[in-house]
Amino acid sequence: MYDFEFEKPGSIAEAVAALSGEDAQALGGGQTLIPTLKQRLNAPGKLVSLTGIAEMRGVCVGDGGEVIIGGATPHAVVAAGAGAYPALAALAGQIGDPAVRNRGTIGGSLANNDPAACYPAAALGSGAVIVTNAREIAADDYFQGMFTTALEEGEIITEVRFPVPQAAHYEKFVQPASRFALTGVFVARFADGVRVAVTGASEEGVFRWTDAEAALSETFAPEAIDGLNVAAEGMIGDLHGTPDYRAHLVKVITKRAVKAAQ
Amino acid sequence: MPKDSGIGASSKRREDVRFLTGAGNYTDDINIHGQAYVHFLRSDVAHGRITSLDTAAAAAMPGVVRIFTGADFEGVGGLPCGWQITDRHGAPMQEPAHPVLAQGKVRHVGDPIAAVIAETAEQARDAAEAIGVDIEELPAVVDMKAALAEGSVKVHDDLSSNLCYDWGFVEENREAVDKAIADAAHVTTLELVNNRLVANPMEPRVAVGDYSRATDESTLYTTSQNPHVIRLLMGAFVLGIPEHKLRVVAPDVGGGFGTKIFHYAEEAFCTFAARALNRPVKWTASRSEAFISDAHGRDHVTKIELALDADNNFTAVRTETYANMGAYLSTFAPSVPTWLHGTLMAGNYRTPLIYVNVKAVFTNTVPVDAYRGAGRPEATYQLERVIDKAARELGVDPIALRRQNFISEFPYATPVAVEYDTGDYVATMDKLEEIADLSGFAARRAESEARGMLRGLGVNCYIEACGIAPSNLVGQLGARAGLYDAATVRVNATGSISVMVGAHSHGQGHETSFPQVVAEMLGIDESMIDIVHGDSSKIPFGMGTYGSRSIAVCGSAMVRATEKIVNKAKKIAAHLLEAAEADIELKDGQFSVAGTDKSVAWGDVTLAAYVPHNYPLEDIEPGLEETAFYDPANFTYPSGAYCCEVEVDPETGKVTIERFSAADDFGNIINPMIVSGQVHGGIAQGVGQALLEQAVYDADGQLLSASYMDYAMPRADDVPFYTVDHSCATPCTHNPLGVKGCGEAGAIGSPPSVVNAVIDALHSGGMTHVSHIDMPVSPSRVWSAMQG
Repeated sequence: MYDFEFEKPGSIAEAVAALSGEDAQALGGGQTLIPTLKQRLNAPGKLVSLTGIAEMRGVCVGDGGEVIIGGATPHAVVAAGAGAYPALAALAGQIGDPAVRNRGTIGGSLANNDPAACYPAAALGSGAVIVTNAREIAADDYFQGMFTTALEEGEIITEVRFPVPQAAHYEKFVQPASRFALTGVFVARFADGVRVAVTGASEEGVFRWTDAEAALSETFAPEAIDGLNVAAEGMIGDLHGTPDYRAHLVKVITKRAVKAAQ
Repeated sequence: MPKDSGIGASSKRREDVRFLTGAGNYTDDINIHGQAYVHFLRSDVAHGRITSLDTAAAAAMPGVVRIFTGADFEGVGGLPCGWQITDRHGAPMQEPAHPVLAQGKVRHVGDPIAAVIAETAEQARDAAEAIGVDIEELPAVVDMKAALAEGSVKVHDDLSSNLCYDWGFVEENREAVDKAIADAAHVTTLELVNNRLVANPMEPRVAVGDYSRATDESTLYTTSQNPHVIRLLMGAFVLGIPEHKLRVVAPDVGGGFGTKIFHYAEEAFCTFAARALNRPVKWTASRSEAFISDAHGRDHVTKIELALDADNNFTAVRTETYANMGAYLSTFAPSVPTWLHGTLMAGNYRTPLIYVNVKAVFTNTVPVDAYRGAGRPEATYQLERVIDKAARELGVDPIALRRQNFISEFPYATPVAVEYDTGDYVATMDKLEEIADLSGFAARRAESEARGMLRGLGVNCYIEACGIAPSNLVGQLGARAGLYDAATVRVNATGSISVMVGAHSHGQGHETSFPQVVAEMLGIDESMIDIVHGDSSKIPFGMGTYGSRSIAVCGSAMVRATEKIVNKAKKIAAHLLEAAEADIELKDGQFSVAGTDKSVAWGDVTLAAYVPHNYPLEDIEPGLEETAFYDPANFTYPSGAYCCEVEVDPETGKVTIERFSAADDFGNIINPMIVSGQVHGGIAQGVGQALLEQAVYDADGQLLSASYMDYAMPRADDVPFYTVDHSCATPCTHNPLGVKGCGEAGAIGSPPSVVNAVIDALHSGGMTHVSHIDMPVSPSRVWSAMQG
């Protein structure tokens, strides 16, 4: 990797200041950024590590019952500590391998918005709120396409607030090499309706399958979406699956997620 | 009672202590005072002409010692090919030059253009980025059939085409085979792809070159399966260094799987540069570099036809294969699709007429060479798949069809030039049916179906030619080297023994299994014996480890040397015991006079050899050290029968392997635990090929699966607990241990049964239109096949 400056601030305010400089980049767990640096595909002037900020680490339950996760919390801590939201804890426990789960952070994953990552499905499927140093962003407004988010330059995800649904499940069909989601579906049933978020499948990144949401809000059962289909157009086609295959998987995996959530 | 030492004992692998505690000494662990580091600037395009190469700015970068380009190698030899193939018309194969660094043209992504040597690896990499290189990109030749089309762009301008050779075997049978197929009661045809693989040993390749001005000696430390082969090829053909001035050391090596047999440009470069700079030079491949510079494996496109008579007897086999050579001929590349493939097309069956045609093709891809099994998996896969398809077409049981056509009398001369010495294919199939619990399959299928899953069962047999090989035979077939092996048994004064062997252990456990043989022969404890390997300055000139040859060839040399030791030790013992040599018996480490209670211990005899105060100096020399070279009379022919049970998820196409059983005939076995481990590893690689792995190039010659994000290696949870059995043993008739070799069997024998099982599962689900799915049988491919 190329040379860079390195800072590890102890507070959000210090991190914001450190990131305001020219060519600075935030570093979460580094599970995407570090390999990119090692391949010399990225050359930030300064890396600002967020993992030393105590106020950004940990899992708790808010006054409204929502599960709040600090932006610099590793997946393993979520897997062990988000018992109030079992589907979210289970999702975190399926990301990567133990080394990844003990380094990678929820804020890093959401800021990167890999089209095959798991956390975006949880955030969008739960209708989570992405809290930054500057504002609160609804998940529906946050994800703006593959590797693209509503974050401004230098903006830090400090925490993520997940409303806890009545029932939820994340079903992941893995890409055999990377074990990212070839298609992953997060289904969450709230009192006012069902949300279905799909990752791994679309060229636009994580998306809500609104037809399925409507059908499942009527009847929360796998059969409710029997008559629905997802168009192959816009789905990812690569070594591991054609657009047709991914479109097919979206439906199959959604049904499985619903069945498991029932 | 299982033995606890010697031949047949499952002695614990003594080398694992150092491997598992971080005490191994791998090539990257070797750091020589004053060493500089190499970074290779590699082509990022598949095919192009280098129009300018400017190293001035890079040379001025911090820490740069020197930058080498192709121009520095104009007077130096290219990388040699170790095997020549003669084509159907009697002409030699087309053999392009293979420069150490590109000369004017780049021919695959990863082709080295320049090498920067700097004080640190990072400085070398920094400077490599500052090299100004302009490449006029040319259309990439990727698809083999397109490469052979009239007017195709040529990978090598000085060759007449992209065809390396058009090989026919047995050419004299061509018309008879055509006629037999035309006249057959039934012909089953199958077109298939044997997918291109990247070997991916855990340890990437490393080379450290060193040079002594005092002695004019060059030393290369390298990740190799065969240090003497590297010394021979590099010294004689590339750099012109005589053997006595060139030492090649392959210390602990973290997996080879074939891809570390070959002589690579980086090895020659580091040796050359160390001498040019009078300073040690080190190169360590990154994993990304390994993907685009290690020789790949397989990559055959095949059409096979199997002819049967009205009674379902096999009457003829005809194949046409396109074999990818990549951009250059790697060391043994031409032999893989020919002599290691065509000679195995009889399989385990009495097929009287066989014709194999292979067109080897140059493309703008990484060179392709031997990978665990090397030609034999390709032969086994097509034959065992087409037999399965034939059974389905004829409505007969696939096991019964195989049994009906088994070779049952040995020795058996096949129509493809080899003679199987021993085997018992009925016994291995019987054993397989038992250990795989075939009678319980129907119940297991019903249980799967109750869960909404399809269950399939696939079986195949395999035969391989191992213990490579008789030198006089392989010489006739085009090998440019001998394939004997050698061992020196050095008995020390106190009775401990060092055995210097030409074989190289890079995971096979030789340090454990070889001493078991010597211990058995001498009746002493295994711990008294150590194996020395991997250093051309310490070991006799052996040819290394590949082709499941170590115990069969080098082990036989070790037996011969140990026999010489025993003979000499008996003479010494006879002297000490004042008895006739003919009356001396060796048992449990004691030399005794037959019929008496007079004896001397092993250690008394060895001490006498080195402190020859009371010694028959007039009859024999002091000391106790013997060397033997061994060149086998034939290949060995391990065989077996494998069974795979899969579940297929009908909604997603995902295949999971539920059971895998292997019944192998390896002849006699030295260490059953190590043999089982070799079979386990081989099956994991075979399952990897069948379900997961593929190296994919796009039309521009870019490797799409160039990292573990896209190249799927098998993980522990991709494979089941195996049931392996090697109790069916028909000992090899022509080597002293009766051993056949076991290293490649799992990788050869497992892919067809996996695919056969998937097809069986789909048929059980009513998808009878699916007759074949190419490997890797990924969820996406299975689902697409199910759609019809």
